Amino acid sequence: MLTKRIIPCLDVKDGQTVKGINFLNIQSVGDAVELGSLYAKMGADELVFLDITATNEKRKTLSELVTRIAKHINIPFTVGGGISSVEDVSVLLACGADKISVNTAAVKNPLLIKELAGQFGSQCVVLAVDTKFENNDWFVYLNGGRVPTEIRTKDWVKQAVALGAGEILLTSMNHDGTKDGFALDITRDISASVNVPVIASGGAGKMEHFTDVFTQGKADAALAASIFHYKEIEIADLKAFLKNGGVAVRV
Amino acid sequence: MKLVIIKYNAGNTQSVIYALERLGYTAEVSDDPAVIRAADKVIFPGVGEAGSAMRYLCERGLDKVIVALTQPVLGICLGLQLMCAYTEEGPVACLGIFPQQVKLFPPVEKVPQIGWNTIFDLKSPLFKNVNDSSYVYYVHSFYAELGENTIATTNYITNYSAALCKNNFYAMQFHPEKSGDVGEQMLKNFIAL
Repeated sequence: MLTKRIIPCLDVKDGQTVKGINFLNIQSVGDAVELGSLYAKMGADELVFLDITATNEKRKTLSELVTRIAKHINIPFTVGGGISSVEDVSVLLACGADKISVNTAAVKNPLLIKELAGQFGSQCVVLAVDTKFENNDWFVYLNGGRVPTEIRTKDWVKQAVALGAGEILLTSMNHDGTKDGFALDITRDISASVNVPVIASGGAGKMEHFTDVFTQGKADAALAASIFHYKEIEIADLKAFLKNGGVAVRV
Repeated sequence: MKLVIIKYNAGNTQSVIYALERLGYTAEVSDDPAVIRAADKVIFPGVGEAGSAMRYLCERGLDKVIVALTQPVLGICLGLQLMCAYTEEGPVACLGIFPQQVKLFPPVEKVPQIGWNTIFDLKSPLFKNVNDSSYVYYVHSFYAELGENTIATTNYITNYSAALCKNNFYAMQFHPEKSGDVGEQMLKNFIAL
């Protein structure tokens, strides 16, 4: 039986892992490859590396990092953060990335999704969406959650899947960093509205939150960062907990 | 040990190269028929679209080179599908090493299947020291039906061929290079054939 995936997310800056609380106050927590290898050994099903480097050296440092990850880690990983062109993606996949995620650049140019899916296949194109609930609906935010739009999240996800996005990484800005649980309603709505897997992100604080997002939220995978980085929850314990609760996981 | 990875327009070769390096082996990537024929073991990986991949192989005569190989050959993911008789993706006639038809999963579950699923009914030295019900990593929308060449089965929507074998030809629908320690064991087993 296909299992639900647990995905630690490593925000990286200049090759180091960082995690912001509500996208701010960045704190370094260690080497990205070392931490990724450790998570793989502990039972992580996949890894996501989001690069938040904003310097001119970004492309070079990111492709070097991706090469190091691919050499050392024997589970799949996704790379995202500021990816805006077919050339960017071509380089990262050639370095050994399994998937790439696009966010702001895809909103600004939706045909980027079609180009990427056409050239590299939908299986490696993850659409990342930062979404916020306000004025009674969920809206898309750009630039790491700093720039609001009037685009409804449900509309955007449907359009992106029609263009070839193979997976959705949905982060609720209302929940991210709160540790009060995932956004179950929008995750469930998005999961029901498209036929590609949905990765829920933002709000993990307790093991029960993962059960909730898989059962009530209908997520195919759940992503978290700080609870793993600060060892508040061990991946092996989380999986045992989920299995006991009747959620299919790889143990 | 001379390992050659077939170079074509749908390779995810880098991940396979790194996985072999972790096991202590160096692989050469080549589309030169002479180099491929001279290899001890040949790996035929693939991520991409079947129609364009078959066109590329046929244009370069690699289709005829692959089917005539006599050393152990391992197809991975799209490689497995291209080694079957026909795929609905395209649709296109493939290499015909295995008689299977390759079909699109019906949309009763999410397609593609992405993630870790179990393999069972293991019947090959390829799975030495691999337990029944081990988890392997899949990313695919098309699947090969069950048949007499099936050496491992997985269930997603239906039971299908997780792996196939006929004479010197082996193939896996999942990605051993991304399936953690279990996948590395299978690659070791292939190299030891």
